Amino acid sequence: MKWNKRKLTDRIMSGMSAACVIIAIIPLVSILYTVTINGISAINLDFLTQLPRPVGEPGGGLGNAIQGTFIVVGIACFIGLPIGILSGVYLSEYGNNRFGRFVSFVADILTGTPSIVAGMFAYTFVVLYFKSFSAFAGGVALSVLMIPIVTRTTEESLKLVPGSIKEASLALGIPKWKTTLYIVINTGKSGIITGALLAIARISGETAPLLFTSFGNMFWANGLDKPISTMPVQIYTYAITPFPDWHTKAWAGALVLIVLILVLNIGVRFVTRRKYAM
Amino acid sequence: MQNKITVNDLNAWFGAKQVLHDIDIGIEKNAITAIIGPSGCGKSTFIRCLNRMHEVVPGAKVSGKVLVDEMDIYDSDIDPVDIRRSIGMVFQKPNPFPTMSIRDNVVAGLRLNGVKDKNVLDKTAEESLRKAALWEEVKNDLHKSGMSLSGGQQQRLCIARALAVEPEVILFDEPCSALDPISTSKIEDLMLELKEKYTLIIVTHNMQQAARVSDRTAFFLYGKLIEFGETDQIFKKPEEKSTEDYIIGRFG
Amino acid sequence: MKDRKLSFFLKSKFSGDNIFEGAVGLFAIGVLIIALLLFGELYLESGLSRNAFGFGFLTGSIWDPVSEVFGALPFIFGTLVSSFLALVIAVPFSLGIAIYISELAPGKLRAPLSFIIELLAAIPSVIIGLWGIFILAPFIRDYLAPPLSTYLGFLPLFQGPMYGLSMLTGGVILAIMIIPITSSISKEAIQTVPIYQKEGALALGATGWETIRMSVLPYARSGIFGAVILGFGRAIGETMAVTMVIGNSARISGSLFAPSYTMASVIANEFVEATSKLYISSLLEIGLLLLLVSVIINIIARILVSKLLRVEGGGRA
Repeated sequence: MKWNKRKLTDRIMSGMSAACVIIAIIPLVSILYTVTINGISAINLDFLTQLPRPVGEPGGGLGNAIQGTFIVVGIACFIGLPIGILSGVYLSEYGNNRFGRFVSFVADILTGTPSIVAGMFAYTFVVLYFKSFSAFAGGVALSVLMIPIVTRTTEESLKLVPGSIKEASLALGIPKWKTTLYIVINTGKSGIITGALLAIARISGETAPLLFTSFGNMFWANGLDKPISTMPVQIYTYAITPFPDWHTKAWAGALVLIVLILVLNIGVRFVTRRKYAM
Repeated sequence: MQNKITVNDLNAWFGAKQVLHDIDIGIEKNAITAIIGPSGCGKSTFIRCLNRMHEVVPGAKVSGKVLVDEMDIYDSDIDPVDIRRSIGMVFQKPNPFPTMSIRDNVVAGLRLNGVKDKNVLDKTAEESLRKAALWEEVKNDLHKSGMSLSGGQQQRLCIARALAVEPEVILFDEPCSALDPISTSKIEDLMLELKEKYTLIIVTHNMQQAARVSDRTAFFLYGKLIEFGETDQIFKKPEEKSTEDYIIGRFG
Repeated sequence: MKDRKLSFFLKSKFSGDNIFEGAVGLFAIGVLIIALLLFGELYLESGLSRNAFGFGFLTGSIWDPVSEVFGALPFIFGTLVSSFLALVIAVPFSLGIAIYISELAPGKLRAPLSFIIELLAAIPSVIIGLWGIFILAPFIRDYLAPPLSTYLGFLPLFQGPMYGLSMLTGGVILAIMIIPITSSISKEAIQTVPIYQKEGALALGATGWETIRMSVLPYARSGIFGAVILGFGRAIGETMAVTMVIGNSARISGSLFAPSYTMASVIANEFVEATSKLYISSLLEIGLLLLLVSVIINIIARILVSKLLRVEGGGRA
């Protein structure tokens, strides 16, 4: 009798934890489904290549926002990837001391920075200084979010490079810096690429840090020192209006953005899988 | 008989722990010297002191003199990187560079030291692979990953890689401990060929191996050099009691 | 080394190694500089507000840009309650997910399930907010709120009208957003439990669930606690999705059906329009608070999670 009750509890609890997984997947499925259903009808060549039109006028698109997202993310990568990767190299290869461990800890904590705070920082640091919203300010805000992620993933993936590989290189009379640059980084590069791609995927969808840095613009990009439209901000702008036509555009923009980000995420899976296949 | 390496009063530490005590030894040129002894006796540390690889480990320290052709490699003016080009090393487990092809593995040392001429690199790759008795097996697969080879082939690839930078001395740190008997005998034959041109030192825990390949043998115990002499003499008529104990298998 | 020239061996003080170490070291210092600037900028720029209101900023419940009186209490309240609500919902689910994936799921399903759950974290906040406005909020208004007010309506928490955009909706959307991180770190914590711990319980005749409850969960508890705290930190700093569904009303209400406002939301909504220096400064002070709280939470979480990793290291040795 007692045994039966125990076995029953076992079954029930197992069933409940499986149910947790299923219930947690429902929002994901629902999001992907609604974004696809509501967005796909509005996607066509015009949507991807045209400028937005005022409410009520049919047609128009997110061409400038797509362009702007690539520009702002590009600026963030230009600032963030070198700092992130090289600081990660330092932490992994030369950071086994107090300073290194402290930097690693700080980078860890910075990964939890609320994204809107990164936006405020770029506002006070760049926007106030140049007295204008700008693509550059947006890139700075995103790079603040990107750097700690890239630093830590680079550090972790280089630490996985076996010591025997480094010793083999040193024993050939290759100096440590060349060993690091050509042997260690080369061996750990799939991890570094993974980290960089995940960081890019993460910042591509960020909205909050761009609201008051890159701001928005109804036209094509006309300089890094000018406000610029981005997909996430444009989706937000459309979503909170009362116009059904713009809601459709928000869904379509969401679909484009989600495809971009999922491609990056799934692409990463293939990069890492190849590493294991080797 | 001429000594290639003369070690005077060598001591080594990991942090506060001393692992080598007052080692004095002369390594003969164009000969194979075997270092034997139980695990933890300091034999690997000893050869890592000969190409300044010991100091790569954080907290490791060395004192004393290691003279290679009368030049002290621990002299403060000397860059360990240059020492390691002259004194190559082959490790316990084969460790080819995983992202490089067979050819690139062999010439990695040259390339990273600035040799760019493709013809020179190709020629060196072939020569080194021939010297390592690997050429016939891989000559059609030079672009394949070094990791695609068997364990024994990988170890010979590592030997070719060490030969490519034209060292004068090659240190073998238990090079066959991860290999099967056939691969082991290939490596031993190779060592016997290489001694014509190079000075070889091999650390091994396998006494038959030491007896088969070496001209002279040194026995280490608890970080001290107990006995050193002609291999025949060490194995047949050891002077020290502990050498005899070790050789007939009483410990280790 | 006969014919090589001695000068070849001379060591240079400016060797490639020193230059390289110095160069990459500068980038590491760069990371510290970013952290310093982040704090420094927000601290300096919020000076005006700190001088004007002092600690009263944290307890004042009036937020009136017209008469320039700024108290952050409604936003602090909204942030804490919505994040707490998110934890109440997310933690049981995260634990269930972590247990299922690490202990119960068939081997082949584990990696894909982890990937799917973590994919949720990859979806941009603004898209979750879009979905929240048009799908989740109506669903909660029509299907979740009515039974809550019917059966639990005696509690002040579930009283009053419900229009969809509310504290409850904000809490649910935050819960959805933190489940990936809370469950994946809990899963890692559970996976570090050494096999002999489980075998000990199994050998006593414990069922699978009893093993999890008696030996797995207690062993992994500090890691799980770290996961919960990290989830809390995520919820506090989350901006877009919650801004889009919480209703944005700076009134403190006892009911989860009422709209609310969070610290991150007020910044998102008002920063661009803030005109006076004091207004901007007050919003920056909210940002500074947000940064401080999330730093503290992250430090606590890291300590808890790294303790777990040390246990793991010991277990392997």
